[in-house]
Amino acid sequence: MTGTKPPFEAVVAEHGGTVLRVCRAVLGPHPDAEDAWSETFLAALRAYPGLPADANIQAWLVTIAHRKAIDITRARRRQAVPVGDVPEVTRPGGAFAGPGRPAGPGDPAAGDGDVWAAVSALPDKQRQAVAYHYLAALPYKDIAALVGGSTEAARRAAADGIRNLRTAFAGAAAKGADR
Amino acid sequence: MTSTVGEPGVIALLGITAPGDGELRRLHDRLVTAADEDGILDIGYTTIDSPVGPLLLAATGRGLLRVAYQNEDHDRVLSVLASRISPRILRAPQRLDAAAREIAEYFAGRRTTFDLPLDLALSHGFRQLVQQRLPQIGYGHTRSYRQVAEMVGHPTAVRAVGTACATNPVPIVVPCHRVVRADGSLGGYAGGPAAKSTLLALEAA
Repeated sequence: MTGTKPPFEAVVAEHGGTVLRVCRAVLGPHPDAEDAWSETFLAALRAYPGLPADANIQAWLVTIAHRKAIDITRARRRQAVPVGDVPEVTRPGGAFAGPGRPAGPGDPAAGDGDVWAAVSALPDKQRQAVAYHYLAALPYKDIAALVGGSTEAARRAAADGIRNLRTAFAGAAAKGADR
Repeated sequence: MTSTVGEPGVIALLGITAPGDGELRRLHDRLVTAADEDGILDIGYTTIDSPVGPLLLAATGRGLLRVAYQNEDHDRVLSVLASRISPRILRAPQRLDAAAREIAEYFAGRRTTFDLPLDLALSHGFRQLVQQRLPQIGYGHTRSYRQVAEMVGHPTAVRAVGTACATNPVPIVVPCHRVVRADGSLGGYAGGPAAKSTLLALEAA
């Protein structure tokens, strides 16, 4: 059943920016984030005819983006550790590529490095909960389904994560004012 | 904490994750290329300017599917394509390169016939039969609805020919504008009477 769904072009126009923000928040300011975006929308286009007409499209896209980000993180780890797979452990910045990208046109302004450093220091679950809730308005129940744990744990992870970012933001702003 | 307005952490996150200049456009182009390679770009479209106003051009992998005038409401036309053919629709101008070029040549007076693969999936039966035969009416000529009914071997199906012309999914390329009333008056046209007379005047020049 196809129902009356908007042309996929409208889906890209409406949600493309939000999904890119989510990919970037989870994976860092790195080409991996753009790869995750591309793979997310290609997979979404493929599955789109079967999506119920009343589905929450943004939540659906974030779910796909979450899985694509995990795939990309795993592939990156395999490349980074050629001497056999290391068991995956949850550690701060585990999925995160880090702010190692050279500066170029359209790059974050000076001082953003402090915020990226804070984002990369968040445990994966906190960073994911913050990105999915605060950037994509995903309900905590849905976040819990993606990252594991209870709805309450997802709520706490987002609150802890945003508090950590707030602190970093205040630090970056103070540094900017000193310059 | 559900309110995010003015939350400094969210402001910081929005600031550092913002898409760069042209970044979403580049990603869109990359998506179109990948979708086309994977065979899942069911419909590509673009819009072009013309002497009869902006035209929407849409094509499947089989051929030109739809040409739509502005007064048909391009967004509404795309919605109809989404429900009738497939919602896998992206703006993909390169798929319409040949159609856009031939239509531009037609309006420049340098082209009298179109050489484009067509996908007449939007019409069926008698309507599609009529639409397949309309290109037999040569550039600069007109036929009455009755003459077209005779041409397709159903001389009494005059009204059905009118419906087939009115529902032509690819006007201009399939020349339903060359079908006029027996008394010489224009008859109806999806693009409006002004567009029909513009095309006939162009071909008469």
